[in-house]
Amino acid sequence: METPRATANTPSKTGERIAFAVMVAALIAAPFFAYPLFLMQALCFALFACAFNLLIGYGGLLSFGHALYFGWASYLAAHSAKVWGFTPELAILTGAATAAVFGLVTGALAIRRQGIYFAMITLALAQMMFFFALQMKFTGGEDGIQAVPRGKLFGLFDLTSHMAMYPVVAVFFLAGFLIIHRVINSPFGEVLKAIRENEPRAISLGYKTERYKLVAFVLSATLAGMAGATKAIVFQIASLTDVYWTMSGEVILMTLVGGLGTLFGPVVGAITIIAMQTYLNAFEQWVTVIQGTIFVACVLLFRRGIVGELARALKIKL
Amino acid sequence: MFEIFGIPSQALFGQLLIGLINGSFYALLSLGLAVIFGMLNIINFSHGAQYMMGGFAAFILLQQTGLGYWPALIIVPILVGITGMIIERTMLQWLYKLDHLYGLLLTFGLALIIEGVARNFYGSAGLPYRVPDSLTGGQNLGFMFLPNYRAWVIVASLTVCISTWFVIERTRLGAYLRAATENPALVGAFGINVPRMITLTYGFGVALAAFAGVMAAPIYNVSPQMGAELIIVVFAVVVIGGMGSILGAILTGFGLGVIEGLTKVFFPEASNTVIFVIMVIVLLVRPAGLFGRRA
Repeated sequence: METPRATANTPSKTGERIAFAVMVAALIAAPFFAYPLFLMQALCFALFACAFNLLIGYGGLLSFGHALYFGWASYLAAHSAKVWGFTPELAILTGAATAAVFGLVTGALAIRRQGIYFAMITLALAQMMFFFALQMKFTGGEDGIQAVPRGKLFGLFDLTSHMAMYPVVAVFFLAGFLIIHRVINSPFGEVLKAIRENEPRAISLGYKTERYKLVAFVLSATLAGMAGATKAIVFQIASLTDVYWTMSGEVILMTLVGGLGTLFGPVVGAITIIAMQTYLNAFEQWVTVIQGTIFVACVLLFRRGIVGELARALKIKL
Repeated sequence: MFEIFGIPSQALFGQLLIGLINGSFYALLSLGLAVIFGMLNIINFSHGAQYMMGGFAAFILLQQTGLGYWPALIIVPILVGITGMIIERTMLQWLYKLDHLYGLLLTFGLALIIEGVARNFYGSAGLPYRVPDSLTGGQNLGFMFLPNYRAWVIVASLTVCISTWFVIERTRLGAYLRAATENPALVGAFGINVPRMITLTYGFGVALAAFAGVMAAPIYNVSPQMGAELIIVVFAVVVIGGMGSILGAILTGFGLGVIEGLTKVFFPEASNTVIFVIMVIVLLVRPAGLFGRRA
């Protein structure tokens, strides 16, 4: 296998670096200006959206079932922290590992069909796992798993206060973000983009596209799981909301608003949508209508998303 | 009263009937999805919301104008079909040149809007809709009691499904439609207005969903979320059947409804998931679907 050259995007690397520096600075400064719990929620969803974007933005695969990995990872993280007494970092990794296993099984099934069928299969599988979550004992059914202890990081540092929890969340988010960045810019990522652009051609060049798609799917599911597991530890609850199909819709919306196939788009999109939900609390019953309207507007007028439009205006890659 | 496999016949046939009723709706909805997909190459995610619109439109017609079930069965599909055509003209038509996924995302957004608006005006609780007077009561068949309205639903949906199949597969109009599915540019060159055909097809598919919604109103209550979960099951039905064949969509719809009904009798815990499990098995054994062509 020959390593594809990345000559086309070398000059724009500076834009990416500056944006990354800005993001890290914002991560450090943010808890002094904004409510940490809100920030942690935004970061969990940002990681979730980045993981989802790896699949759609770089692999061209629209999963309509990412709530499966997000929600089930949060159940396993909550269960392992509460019942098995795992430390928070182990609980989060347990959640991510669960999502990886689910991703492997469901991904292997879903990639047997392409395009629109792929989306429908992922949605149906996620709905099936929603019903399992509803019926199984350990998930607590309608109540979910409540009063999950945040515990002590490595068994040493107490995470009960938000200011102690925040750095942990920020580190998990950054780790996930950097993994995705590395994957996208690796030879593997280049092949993935080739499959997105023209799958038959990638096949004729000798790539086993199904394997690439499956690996991307498992990676995406794992990181989505990491996001869900972190959210369960932060909010000390795992519930049905996180495995329901509306959650799969929400992550699509975040990614679409921020910009499909951009590195920073999902982060901006997630923060935008979470901020909207927080500050538009008064219009709670209209939230679905507003979200639907944003969907329609994005698809019709604004397909590049916030970061995509910005990158185009500045003529850089973000 | 007699027993089959240790299950009282009344329970078995009762669930079988419910299965056939659910199957009627699966068939009608997956048929509409298949018709729309054939022509527009998009999956109509708002199909469930449009089914719900059908139920609500019938409810509102009765409340505001006193028009009952039978007029609603004609008027509502036309009205909702027209809203569908407006959506196609104003929004969907701009997406045909893009990736098919955008059509899915747009219709998903529309579904959120429609359901959100319905919830705001009518709340989440179900609203009752009476069975029409001419179809109240039922027949005692000896081994089970068959309510007239349920018998009507099965007969009506079978009739609509088979007529749709006949129009598409056996008439000149259907031939145009199938030809335009294969090669729109060539059909256009023969002087047929393909964009108008696309609009009408979408309108017809949506009208089918609304028709199903009106028929469902007396059986299930009319509620804003009546279509949301149903459409996910219908997606699984479509994956199982494949969208290549109209007859296949109808058969799969009814067949899966019956299987689901039987599951309720023998293994009630799995009744929510059985269709998804069948989908998994079909994906493993016949990835293209039972009636599908390899895409």
